[in-house]
Amino acid sequence: MNLWNKLMCYSRRRSPWLFHMNGGSCNGCDIELIASLTPRYDAEQLGVRLEGSPRHADILCITGPITRNAVGAIKTVYDQVCGPKAVVAIGSCPATTNVFIESRTLDGPLNRHIPVDVFVPGCPPRPDAIILGVAKAAEILAERASKKLPVAPVVMPLIGEGCGGACACSGSGGSCDSASKEVQA
Amino acid sequence: MNMTTALARLLIFPGLLFAIPAAWFILWVERKAVALMQGRIGPPFMQPFFDFIKLLGKDTPPRDGIGGMLMKAWPLIAVSAAAGAVGLLPVLPSSGGFEGDLILLLALLEVPSMCIIAAGFSSRSIFGEIGSAREAVLSVSYNIVFLLAILSIAASQHTFSLETLAQLPASPLRWLGVLALLVCLPAKLHLNPFSLPNAEQEIYSGPMTEYAGPELAMWELSHGLEWVAATGLVATLAAPHVAFGWLAIFIFVAFSFGIVLLLSVVASATARLAIDTTVRFYWQVTLIFAVLAISSALLVRFRS
Repeated sequence: MNLWNKLMCYSRRRSPWLFHMNGGSCNGCDIELIASLTPRYDAEQLGVRLEGSPRHADILCITGPITRNAVGAIKTVYDQVCGPKAVVAIGSCPATTNVFIESRTLDGPLNRHIPVDVFVPGCPPRPDAIILGVAKAAEILAERASKKLPVAPVVMPLIGEGCGGACACSGSGGSCDSASKEVQA
Repeated sequence: MNMTTALARLLIFPGLLFAIPAAWFILWVERKAVALMQGRIGPPFMQPFFDFIKLLGKDTPPRDGIGGMLMKAWPLIAVSAAAGAVGLLPVLPSSGGFEGDLILLLALLEVPSMCIIAAGFSSRSIFGEIGSAREAVLSVSYNIVFLLAILSIAASQHTFSLETLAQLPASPLRWLGVLALLVCLPAKLHLNPFSLPNAEQEIYSGPMTEYAGPELAMWELSHGLEWVAATGLVATLAAPHVAFGWLAIFIFVAFSFGIVLLLSVVASATARLAIDTTVRFYWQVTLIFAVLAISSALLVRFRS
């Protein structure tokens, strides 16, 4: 690997630009993603920037259990992101469809439609977990671009206590936990 | 100014070799200042450099036909015009220049924004077209004030040569003109109270929506070079003139840095204005002062 490739690899790891897409989410994960950019967590220290256009992005962050309506849009946006790219599934919903499992309005989980690189479990995941997932995705991105090898999806460890009864699925906290365990297994 | 000095000014100082790192530095200062104002730590020092390198290594969507060629050409034209504008700045004392280089500098500073308008329309994206329309309206509204301010400075001191303007002692009228220029800079650089054209999250990324990879890297670079040229122009007009080379460079850089800090702090402290408010601000509020400046400049000239 020559110097230019090393520099490129390093730059890809240090400058992940995100595009955030909602696949039918309850907004719990979406606000946690925004929270990871706020002063307390400050993901910009890692070079993270939330971009307005999928053309500018390196990492596609998808939340929600993937409703039937969202499938077409998700595939379009995935094709619009220019390579090398990575996909982060935020929350338990895109990984397992969570409490909405077997709903007839869903066409999830996400990896039936597009290849997912990092799963961040939690309902919703804590901002630290999201930042960790994005950093992992940036590493995968740099590796993939330099070696041209397929990389197996990574499931991040569960940070914190899951929903703790504070999110939209409060009352069904048991299924939150079981969903994240399922992802971990 | 012979060919060698012209080339040296364009390529080395204050041209590309100096201006590209300066552009990255200014982009970093802008992001860091916003982060500090919000109580965050902000991006690392090399962030704009990493972004640039990463964008160079990304794929671009396939584009064919005349539209695709034009989309590839606009960012290159913007970068070269902005670099030429930086090269014209008389930073070093007695570095040459010619009568009328102020006019050429203004023309070159205007090229990137025209390229942005054309790029948005040739991308055929609806968000790009909205962004371009806004950029066009914005450039019509601030440019009158911008040009009147430059005219009042030039008329009060009887010259269109930047070198001569930099050497002449500043009159009160020139400070009025510099103030008007400063009011126009946020609109020229798409900063926050007037960040309409690339209103992020509102119309995606405006004219840049369809751009990816190396072309986007060129847009970022041309934005940074515009920063260097615009702040450099104000620094040239406002900074005291000294005869020593190194001191002149230091004062120039310090003034530019101060202007960048001021604009970033204003940008992070304000919210985006709507298009009608922006146009009204420039045409009703600022225009009065610009007209006052130019009329008093002309009066002073007739009396003397």
